[in-house]
Amino acid sequence: MTPFFKKALADIRSNRFLNVITIFTISLSILVVSVFLMFFENASRIIESWNQGGRAMIYLTDEFSLDMLPEIKARINALGDIDEMVYISKEQAFDRLKKDMSSQSAFLKTLKDNPLPDALEIRMKFHNSYEEVQRFAGQIKALEVVEDVEYGQGWLGKFLRIFNLFKITGYAMCSMFFLIALFITSNTVRLAFYSRKLEVEIMRLVGASENFIKAPFYMEGLLQGFFGGLLGMVVLLIMYLTISSGITQTLASYIYVDIRFLSVKMILIIILGSTFLGWFGCYLSLRQILK
Amino acid sequence: MDEKNNKNSIIRLFNVSKRYNGKLALKDVTLDIEQGEFIFISGPSGAGKSTLLKVLYLAEKVSEGQILIDGMNLARISSSRLPFLRRRFGMVFQDFKLIPNRTVYENVALVLEAAGEKPSYIRKKVMHVLRTTGMEKKAKALPPTLSGGEQQRVAVARAVVGEPSIILADEPTGSLDSKSAQMVLDFLMEYHKKGATVLVASHNLHLLESNVRGRNIEIKDGIIERTATML
Repeated sequence: MTPFFKKALADIRSNRFLNVITIFTISLSILVVSVFLMFFENASRIIESWNQGGRAMIYLTDEFSLDMLPEIKARINALGDIDEMVYISKEQAFDRLKKDMSSQSAFLKTLKDNPLPDALEIRMKFHNSYEEVQRFAGQIKALEVVEDVEYGQGWLGKFLRIFNLFKITGYAMCSMFFLIALFITSNTVRLAFYSRKLEVEIMRLVGASENFIKAPFYMEGLLQGFFGGLLGMVVLLIMYLTISSGITQTLASYIYVDIRFLSVKMILIIILGSTFLGWFGCYLSLRQILK
Repeated sequence: MDEKNNKNSIIRLFNVSKRYNGKLALKDVTLDIEQGEFIFISGPSGAGKSTLLKVLYLAEKVSEGQILIDGMNLARISSSRLPFLRRRFGMVFQDFKLIPNRTVYENVALVLEAAGEKPSYIRKKVMHVLRTTGMEKKAKALPPTLSGGEQQRVAVARAVVGEPSIILADEPTGSLDSKSAQMVLDFLMEYHKKGATVLVASHNLHLLESNVRGRNIEIKDGIIERTATML
């Protein structure tokens, strides 16, 4: 393994320009793919946080009376792990509304009756996905004194559908860039092979096996893929450090945005994927050339 | 061919013909070469000397006939076994066929690396061969920086480093001055003395006649015209 590794490094050094171009192209493709992945990782996390951290409001019907509260609480608790459950009476809710609409409180004075229902505000222990919250809310809604359950299903549901569509587009683009990188790697190996045609011919004449001839090319492909992936990650990190602080500062006054870099697991997957890409490009090329 | 000859034969050709685009380069060649022989293949340019060597190391396949190398029928050799066959040959080419971007040492070591030898053995063996051929001091040089004679000495070193039983040399002195040609020939003779079977294809009959004791096979238009022993 070591002689092939040394040979591959020597070949990369001797064909510096071609290899630099290939590594740069791979890194560019990896960068595009990583930007998408980073966006999806962050967007998913932010959407989850918008999902009110698993919060939901349970609006109760007019038939509800305070003596029913312990039983309802027990039934809701029985449905799943509830972290917190707070009863908000219609009077408390009205006071909150008055506070929130302090500038237009005159309008509220015209109301003869309090139109707000009694409610329970809950926070679930497990709220990993929107679907989970949706399912749980459905179970609560089935209880007889429950009028409605509000968990952001309207706008969040629509947003998630758009986000999923965007995700599919992203995956398609990632695949496209993967194919581009594969095509370029495969062509670079082909060029490298033809530029070393004499060397390959001589190796065959002195009794080198096909595996012996192919090994440095594979090693070169692996190294190109690895360094391409690594470079892509480094560039992404620099971009992240430069841009993320700016974005956070700009948006800080409006919303809390916590943009995070890719997880270690994702970084490893990307670098491994890139290394595989280098190998696979080499495999495709050599399979065709040495047919 | 008697039984005794068959036993010592390392290379046997039976009615071998080779056609290029319908034109015969070798025609019905039958030949028996004994182990340890020094064979000189002479003839004018285009006579079929190089083709004869090429069919032996399977750079070209025969159109008709059969070739046995140490009992192995070349027609039955699979592509995966071909490298093993070629490791039995040491080859010297007129155009040297050295890898230009590899050092002298690396060019010679390639044969042993391809055979899967250990690095320590490779180092020892290559340096020994380079010393013998007088190229030790140029071990780190790249072939394009060497003279023609030096490059051919490297090619000879590469041909003999694996201790092959057969050495094939195609016009090894063709592009060399008389001093370098003599030096290359001396190396080949030295390895012949060690027991290797040597086949040299050359049109330089004079140089060989004055140096070599062996068998001269004269080829013309792809046919063996004459076989003579040189004393």
